[in-house]
Amino acid sequence: MRTALLGAVALLALTAAAPSPGTAGAVVHIRDDAFVPAALTVQTGEKVTFVNDDDDAHTATAADASWDSEGLNQGQKWTHAFSKAGKVAYHCTVHPMMHGTIVVRSAK
Amino acid sequence: MKRRDFVGHVAWTGAGLLYVLGADGIVRATADASPKAFGFVQISDSHIGYTGPANDDVRGTLGKAVAAVNAMAVQPAFVIHTGDVTHLSKATEFDDARAILSTLRAPLITIPGEHDVIGAEGPKRYAAAFARKEAAGRGWSAWDQGGIHFVALINVGEGETMGMLGDEQLSWLANDLAARKADTPVVVFGHVPLFAAAPEWGWTTTDGTKAIALLRRFNAVTVLNGHIHQVLEHQDGAIRFATARATAFPQAVPGTPNAKPGPLKVASGSLLGVLGYRTVEVAGRAAWQDRTLAQS
Repeated sequence: MRTALLGAVALLALTAAAPSPGTAGAVVHIRDDAFVPAALTVQTGEKVTFVNDDDDAHTATAADASWDSEGLNQGQKWTHAFSKAGKVAYHCTVHPMMHGTIVVRSAK
Repeated sequence: MKRRDFVGHVAWTGAGLLYVLGADGIVRATADASPKAFGFVQISDSHIGYTGPANDDVRGTLGKAVAAVNAMAVQPAFVIHTGDVTHLSKATEFDDARAILSTLRAPLITIPGEHDVIGAEGPKRYAAAFARKEAAGRGWSAWDQGGIHFVALINVGEGETMGMLGDEQLSWLANDLAARKADTPVVVFGHVPLFAAAPEWGWTTTDGTKAIALLRRFNAVTVLNGHIHQVLEHQDGAIRFATARATAFPQAVPGTPNAKPGPLKVASGSLLGVLGYRTVEVAGRAAWQDRTLAQS
């Protein structure tokens, strides 16, 4: 029983530290021509889902071209798993004044 | 000039001949002594693939514009679509747009908007659907027709910046214009306004002033743009600018309190009155009429 409990605690800790590809992850809403939140910190392996709430078309496109949602209509979403630690800036190619950043921290 | 006069002028464009029925019943061609005009049509911002509340049938409204142009008694020399043919640069959107635009009786020329070059595949799909074989660089082109020098610029897809021509295109433009005489009428097309229509909304071309400087020595320059889904006219010396209505949906007038750019839903039944196309004639200087789809 004690071993099983320790195992469960260890599993929970592991899950919290390094979300598996199956976890829901964070959500960035695209609303009123802005990324909400505009700055987000996640851990390696975590997924981020971008949801377009606007009637206008938007994209979430990495400045270094490493990922790109391409065009999203209202209600459409796109999910990306961040595997590499670092800071990445992104923007909407249809509205280049829209900017966001995602900091990816190494999972311990 | 009234529409009937415009049509009459355009009828003789190109050949420069007037066909006269003589007293003997024989039709003879003579030199046309009247001032010659050259006619074309501008269509813009069709956003094929948009499905929101501002227009639930963007294919239908583009089809209405095409039908109105096809119904012109004298066909324009060409129809220029000044960009945002599609909404999300999807393959099916380009297919749908081509299917509708291919029914135009007049030759079609297009330039891309930022909605036509989304993602890695967008520019390739646009090129596959609409690229001109005579285009240079990323697709910009120039040609002489009817005594007018036409220039089709591309001010989207230049890196991260929308409303940007880029040094390569500006260098090409400088070389292209250098060979033209100052009294040559010049007509320039681009998607995003070349002038500062509303910079806070991205309705300007960042390096547009460099292109305007190159155009300044000409006596009659007309710059026709899309992007802002409404008619807005501007003059800078001998250079006249005009943006066009969309065939998809209107956008807010810059400066409207609490407004933002994007699809604007209008009262039911009034949509066709705010969508349209533009007929243009050039006889030295350009003159144009903006027509709504409610008029056609």
